[in-house]
Formats: sequence, structure tokens, C-alpha cells
Amino acid sequence: MSHGDMNLTLKIWRQKNTETKGSFETYPISGISPDMSFLEMIDVLNEKLIVEGKEPVAFDHDCREGICGMCSMYINGRPHGPKNAVTTCQLHMRSFKNGDTIVIEPWRASAFPVIKDLAVDRTSFDRIMAAGGFVSVNTGNAQDANNLPISKEDADESFTSAACIGCGACVAACKNASAMLFVSAKVSQYALLPQGQPERKSRVLAMVAQMEEEGFGSCTNTGACEAECPKGISISNIARLNREYLGAALSSK
Amino acid sequence: MNQKGIFKNVVVKKYIMGLSGLFLILFLLVHLSINLCALIPDGGNTFNELAEFMDLPVIKPLEVGLFIGFIIHILDALVLTLQNRKARKNGYEVSAANANSKWYSRSMGILGTLLLMFLIIHLAHFWFPNRFTGYELDGKESHNLYQLMLYTFNELWIVVLYVLVQISLGYHLLHGFRSAFQTLGLNHPRYNTIIEGLGVIYSITVPLLFAVIPVILYLRIHGYIPY
Repeated sequence: MSHGDMNLTLKIWRQKNTETKGSFETYPISGISPDMSFLEMIDVLNEKLIVEGKEPVAFDHDCREGICGMCSMYINGRPHGPKNAVTTCQLHMRSFKNGDTIVIEPWRASAFPVIKDLAVDRTSFDRIMAAGGFVSVNTGNAQDANNLPISKEDADESFTSAACIGCGACVAACKNASAMLFVSAKVSQYALLPQGQPERKSRVLAMVAQMEEEGFGSCTNTGACEAECPKGISISNIARLNREYLGAALSSK
Repeated sequence: MNQKGIFKNVVVKKYIMGLSGLFLILFLLVHLSINLCALIPDGGNTFNELAEFMDLPVIKPLEVGLFIGFIIHILDALVLTLQNRKARKNGYEVSAANANSKWYSRSMGILGTLLLMFLIIHLAHFWFPNRFTGYELDGKESHNLYQLMLYTFNELWIVVLYVLVQISLGYHLLHGFRSAFQTLGLNHPRYNTIIEGLGVIYSITVPLLFAVIPVILYLRIHGYIPY
């Protein structure tokens, strides 16, 4: 790992487990390279903490190439930090200045309880997916693609919605901790495809019901989710969900 | 899936919010059109005639409907706000929300509360005396709403209050207008520009014209400008 000359002060949320009350701890850190990713910077801090015999900071991470959605962290008041359309692993220390104080908090939502330090439990998203994020697939050979006609526009739109990595930045950014951007992206990706039609109505009803049960807030259309989404998911998906839900609620048995 | 719960969830509560909001937006247009007649320099005759028309028994159910519209909009906002508060019990230490959203879109509750406080004062100024207690002007019982308007806007602080509250209304509408369409699912590249444009025009024009009325009346009463 390259070494640099950035000196920073980190103010990090430390919380032992879900039950305990957490608090901020301040850590000075030096020798940080501007080319490090934010997570590599935390790695350096953790190595230092381990050498000092202290508990390292727990944080979520996996692919470290911006596609898995695991890394979270609310950095200086914004999910995934100051840059737009990036995950924390794709955020580099050159986005900060030497001498900066960086405040790092976990996602804050009742539906995302803190597991430890900066790691939160996002299985509420999994339960929303389990409620309706699937299609009826007949077993057997894959059928000929031409048997399922779909317009290029719809295919592209569905693919764009499916780009959601379920990181939860939308919930973290929303003043109401609403999961509408996530749920609407998932509803849209199926609603636009022929394969998604059999469960089209039951899906939106079930996913919205699960969303509410998990304790997410409502959407007040501030647009914060769209602005903070690392994958640029549009709030036009939320309008689609609102249309889909209305149609389904009025016409389902 | 609990079918009974379909109409009780957040998405439906938001439909109600948007629909009641659009209803109130329409009402403001009617209210403004009538108020602007108070500026016609005919001693308030046109305005009073319209005010009398609004007193007709056929209009009464509409008035009740309007009150229901307000109450639904306010109660729904209260229920949703409490639910949203519960969705994040522990807040953030640092928030840079201005980087991702407009302050007024996040402040609909505060702006709405200011408007509600004004609404109560406003009803006490005009609707309540006009509908129930009656009012005395120059020591005698009167039914001249135009005169009541002149009497009320004789006071500078009331004029200032009426003007300032239009700023709250403007920002509330600036978010509310386009937000209502998004909530009702009306988001389409072909119409978004029209909806947003109309929203901006409405949110500036309507509060501005509402603000102009007490100012002009005040200036006329005190002889700064002629009738």
C-alpha cells in the first residue's frame, strides 16, 4: 500500500452491538496517500488500532469495485461521501484535503439497526425482495429469445432500474428514511419485462406492504435519494411504483 | 397479503396528500380571483356581490368540502410525519442535506405549520365574524365584507403578516405542486417540463398577487395612492 503525507482527524461512530448506545471516537491518522480509497484509509486505521491492542472499526465491504453495494458509511453528512454516483470503496482520499476532519456515521434508519460500529443490518431489503422480487420461471430449456418480444426502450429502462445494488444510500439520505427508491427500482425492473407480468400486481402490493412492515418512512419527493444513489437510479421509478400500486390496489382481488 | 391493509399504507396516504393538495391549489385560484375584485375601484361593490354569492345556501356544502379538504391535508401530514419520525429514531451528527435536496422540500411540515397558524388568524379576521358573530364597523352592525377588509388592513402589522406568510405559501407550493404529480404517478418526460414550469409560475404568481392586495388596500386607506 502506498504511503502519502495526508494527515486527517477521523470522528467515527463506535457502537459495541445493537443493544448498546454508541458514541463518537476521535482518531488522528497520518501518512495517508491521496490515491487510497476511503476503505483502504480505514484499513490503515484498523491496522494501527490492532497494533495498539484496540478494537478495530467494524464496517461493511466486499467487492471494493463499486458493484456489490456492501460498503455504507455516512461521510461528512452524505451517504458514500462528497462525490456523486460513487460507492464508498470508489471514493478516494484525493476528494479530501490535508488536515480535514472527517465524520463517519452508520446509515441511520429504524429498519437498518446498527450491528456494530459502521455496519448496519440491511436484511430488511432482503425481506422486501423475498416478498415480490421474483418471476415465475418454467423449468426446462431456455426458450427462444424471439418468443418474448420486448421493445429496446423497455429493455434499457428495466436494465437501468436493475442497476440498483441495494446499498441503502437512498434510505440513508432520505429525511424520512424511506425505501421508495429501492422498492420502486425493483418493482420497475420486473414491471417493464414480459417475464414480470404474471406477478405484476401481487408483486407491487406485497413489496410495498413489506416495506411498510419493516418500518421505512414515506416518500416526500425531496429527490435526495436520486442525488445520492451511486447507480443514478431515477425517481421516475417512484412515480412508476405509485402508478403500479394504484392500478394493483384498485383491480386486484 | 393482507388485502384490507392495501388502502391503509404509506403510498395511499401519500395519494391522499397529493389529491388534497391539488384540491387546495384549485381553491386558492378561486379565492385569489375573488380577492382581486377587491381592487376594482368601485367602492367594493363587485367584491361584496361576489361575497354575497358565496353566502348562498348552494355554496355551503362547498365550504364544508373545503374545510374537509384542509383537515384531511393537515391530519394526513401529521400521521405521515409521525410515521417518518419513527423511521429514523437516531439522527445524524452531521448532515449535508443541501447537497442533495432543496431546503423547502425538506421543510414542508414547518412551512405548513406556519400556514396553519396563519389560517387560524385569517379565519378569525374574516370568516368567523362574517359567518357567525357579525361585526361592527363605525359602531354599527355591518355585512360589508369589503369594509371589514379595509378595517383589517388599516393596521400595518396585519399587512406585514399577510405579506410575510405568502413567502411560506410560495415555498410550500414550489415543492407541493410538482410533488403532488409525482406522488400520483404523473411523471413523464413529455409532461415534466410543463408540470414543473406551471408549478414555478403558480408558486410565484399566486402568493405575489395575494400579497399585493393588502398592500394596495393599506396604501389606499392611508392616502399614499389614489383609489
